[in-house]
Amino acid sequence: MNSFGSEIWLALVTCFAAVFTQNILLTTFLGMCPFTSVSREVKTAAGLGGAVVFVMTFTTALNWLAYKYVLIPLELEFFRFILFIIIIAAFVQFVEMVIDRYSPKLYQNLGIFLPLITVNCAILGASLFMVIREYHFIQTIGYGFGAGLGWLLAILAMAGIRTRLNESRVPEGLRGPGITLIIAGLMALAFIGFTGVLG
Amino acid sequence: MALQAVKSNRDIILDGLWRDNPIFRQVLGICSTLAVTNVVLNTAVMCTSLTLVTALSCLTVSLLRHWTPRNIRMMVQTLIIAFYVIIVDLILKAYWPEMSSNLGPYVGLIITNCIIMGRCEAFAGSNPPVSSFWDGFYSGLGYSLILLGISVVRELLGMGTILGFAVPYFSNPQYWDKWIIMVMPPGAFFTLACMIWLCRSIKSKEAKS
Repeated sequence: MNSFGSEIWLALVTCFAAVFTQNILLTTFLGMCPFTSVSREVKTAAGLGGAVVFVMTFTTALNWLAYKYVLIPLELEFFRFILFIIIIAAFVQFVEMVIDRYSPKLYQNLGIFLPLITVNCAILGASLFMVIREYHFIQTIGYGFGAGLGWLLAILAMAGIRTRLNESRVPEGLRGPGITLIIAGLMALAFIGFTGVLG
Repeated sequence: MALQAVKSNRDIILDGLWRDNPIFRQVLGICSTLAVTNVVLNTAVMCTSLTLVTALSCLTVSLLRHWTPRNIRMMVQTLIIAFYVIIVDLILKAYWPEMSSNLGPYVGLIITNCIIMGRCEAFAGSNPPVSSFWDGFYSGLGYSLILLGISVVRELLGMGTILGFAVPYFSNPQYWDKWIIMVMPPGAFFTLACMIWLCRSIKSKEAKS
């Protein structure tokens, strides 16, 4: 029981670190493409972010199981890129069908974002980090959820700032991606401030 | 005929390197590589891998274009790209283990790099193999040039070195305080933003004249 408790604690710490100090978008730059293109409106950003949290939590867990119980026994570790991609694509397809069948309303809000997620590097990146950092299973769930949440947080903040930005005068060459990147840099600076919060 | 071929080759090169440069035109595909731009050497290895993977994937996609059913072409492209990425990853692991551990997961992330997918989809899917190969190659090269530029700025200002060699003025603490921020993640954002600003300004001047 005690060891289970410490596993949970470890998972919480990993989750917190993934949201703030090791934010997958602001420290490892994963998921930049949708970040710069979809962050114009708060509502769409929230939709995509929610989908990312959901898919990332489940796919990292699934990939952990697949890596541990299929690839390691077969000694096919180098095969993980292909396996992870296939699992992610299959999972996204599956979720899309389930949502479409049972909740057309949610499908309308979320449906267009799901296909985008298959090619979101942050999803694959989370799985690869999970392998390299040798997380345990519960820790992996915490990490997947935290990384997704961090991404959601970053894109929401960016969308909020960008709607305000419409009213300010930005130099011509800097408009669009340029200023987005500078804001992202400032946000990354702010997130570095969390370093050391959890020892 | 020959003349036409030469001209289109020139177009491919110009488009890949400057006119349609994936980074400052669309800000695509920076995900997998921006994270390793704090050191020039890592960036160079990463960019070489990426350029090779792009060129070879485009070649393969183009070779198989008549036999690929349209509705599953994305999956086929992804598998082709993943195949080359695995080869690169294994080669690095076998012959340069330190570099492989430095780059960590980023080599694998080349698979989801939007540039490769984009080139396969936009060009290689409907063009002959040889020009597809060059198109992929020069797109990768245009991308690499910008990232190498970023990494040179970051390593020089952040550590006072280039490729690990000390640069006279910048490595001397008496003249130059190292900009630690350049080596940290925000530095990459700021440098890339300035790069895009510069390139776009030059471009809009070009368009006016």
